[in-house]
Amino acid sequence: MATATSAICVKSVTKRYGAVTALEAVSLEVERGEFLTLLGPSGSGKTTLLRVIAGLEQPDEGRVYLGGEDVTDVPPYRRRVHTVFQQYVLFPHLNVYRNVAFGLEQKRLSRREIERRVAAALELVRLSGYERRWPHELSGGEQQRVALARALVLEPEALLLDEPLAALDLQLRKEMQRELKRLQREVGISFLLVTHDQEEAMALSDRIAVIADGRLQQIGTPREVYERPETAFVATFLGAANVLEAEILQHENGDALLGLCGRTVRVPLNGRRIEGSRAQVAIRPEKIALRARPLRRTDLVQLEGVIEECLYLGEAMHWRVRVGEHCVTVTEPNRPGSKAEAFRDGQRVFLCWTRESIVVLSR
Amino acid sequence: MRGTSANRWLLLAPSLLWMLLFFFLPLGLIVVMSFAERGPYGGVRWTFGLWNYRQAMDPLYLWVYGRSFALAAVTTALCLGISYPVAYYIALRADPKWKNLLLVLSILPFWTSFLLRTYAWIFMLRVEGFVNTMLLALGVIERPISWLLYSDFAIVIGQVYGELPFMILPLYVALERVDVRLMEAAMDLGANRRQVFWRIVLPLTRPGIITGIVLVFIPSFGAFITPDLLGGAKSAVIGTVIQNQFVQRNQPMGSALSVLLILVMFALLLIASRVTRQRGRR
Repeated sequence: MATATSAICVKSVTKRYGAVTALEAVSLEVERGEFLTLLGPSGSGKTTLLRVIAGLEQPDEGRVYLGGEDVTDVPPYRRRVHTVFQQYVLFPHLNVYRNVAFGLEQKRLSRREIERRVAAALELVRLSGYERRWPHELSGGEQQRVALARALVLEPEALLLDEPLAALDLQLRKEMQRELKRLQREVGISFLLVTHDQEEAMALSDRIAVIADGRLQQIGTPREVYERPETAFVATFLGAANVLEAEILQHENGDALLGLCGRTVRVPLNGRRIEGSRAQVAIRPEKIALRARPLRRTDLVQLEGVIEECLYLGEAMHWRVRVGEHCVTVTEPNRPGSKAEAFRDGQRVFLCWTRESIVVLSR
Repeated sequence: MRGTSANRWLLLAPSLLWMLLFFFLPLGLIVVMSFAERGPYGGVRWTFGLWNYRQAMDPLYLWVYGRSFALAAVTTALCLGISYPVAYYIALRADPKWKNLLLVLSILPFWTSFLLRTYAWIFMLRVEGFVNTMLLALGVIERPISWLLYSDFAIVIGQVYGELPFMILPLYVALERVDVRLMEAAMDLGANRRQVFWRIVLPLTRPGIITGIVLVFIPSFGAFITPDLLGGAKSAVIGTVIQNQFVQRNQPMGSALSVLLILVMFALLLIASRVTRQRGRR
């Protein structure tokens, strides 16, 4: 069974609060040493899942395994996972040393052993020399590091991180992202991170699990999830996407013939199953090129449209182009000599993209 | 600027006047009188000296101070022991929608007159009282227990009962402020319920505990109504002794004993504020 090798395994966990279903039959596995991110909007149930794994919430249905062992009925204080909470929740009446030593002191270790391990943990998060400081004297980033040290010092099976960077400002957040990645490589244990920040998820994770409305939407490497989103939700939540309605004319041998904006396009299905007469497809705005005249290439999909809006965003240009009944968003990096600079509102343009950049979504 | 500062004094005037007339003036009078002398037929002779204080150092008085201190300490300890679980339950365990109701219920008895409640205890504890009757009927005892009323036991019971809300309320406020997430974090880090209590909840509610101790101990130490009504002939406490001095028209001696009591309490308050402030700084 796969559960024996994975650090965390969640099997069809359901959690309800009265009439509200926070988690609906969620199954998830975190491999040993893997950095997995639970990505979802607020209220999607991602924090609830983390709390179920930590033992702070009891699931209504389903089982939780840690290192292959069923811990569903084990209280949180006997589970070998530890949490870094969103607001760090350091113990205000204990100094940094005592905060980090807190978990070790339950374990009846010798004083010297505790001292040694606390020192090592503080060095790991680069806070050596902070032992006698009090939590309220620390900056947000430093408190964050203490919270990390406090959990890591116990050498858990896996570290659970509940939006640990959300309270930090942008600059510090970027820095702490690198720090988290470094830490995870250094200690080699599994990290399960909860975030609503898709960029953070992309930058840190080995795999991303997208969650919405208490259901797992898709799980895969950042590249898989970004390039081949399964649902319209995943496509639009992770980066931007144009989701267009298409008519299914024919499908066979992993290819489909779609009617899209008045054109007939052959698209690879990549294992997606479609049925019925209509489907949704997603195209990333940066995979579309804008041209004043159509290109003489048959391998491209080319549609004619009218520019409705031009937005200058500094690093990129952003257009909204009306194509028949659809409004398509196109972005292009702001490179010198880009032809796109000349486009104006109301101008007729051609949208070009490759067939491979069309992703057929399953409903 | 001048206008506002004049206004400020005007606003403060009523309370300042009140404090002056009804607090500092009587207190000053007591202090002055404590150095005076008792007249041969009662009354005060305004010759000043330390004789009252010398007399107050008599082992008999010191013993009464000690007894009062001990009774107040037992009262305070019992109040703390009873109130902490109650406040803990209301603040952290009870359904939020019942919190206020439970809190009101726990202090509801104290809306009736203090004297009435003390008399109720007399009916409960006397030889033919409720407690003895019940115990006899249940066959727990063969003869009524005589020391239930007019004893130190009765004083402590009455005091604990009377001071309970002054312990429950500050403890409730302190417990209510304990961040549940800290308890979760502790549990997540391997602390079981007992360890969470001793290592997180108790230290974080220390200011509330100290406030409760001060609020209960100080009035218990100087109390005289409860000991007077429930205490026996032999159970003298400093409150009743001071009262007797005034009744027997030895106001200077009563004043001196009062001043000493105030000094002891003041010292205790200083210690309490020290302890709280130290924690606050850390």
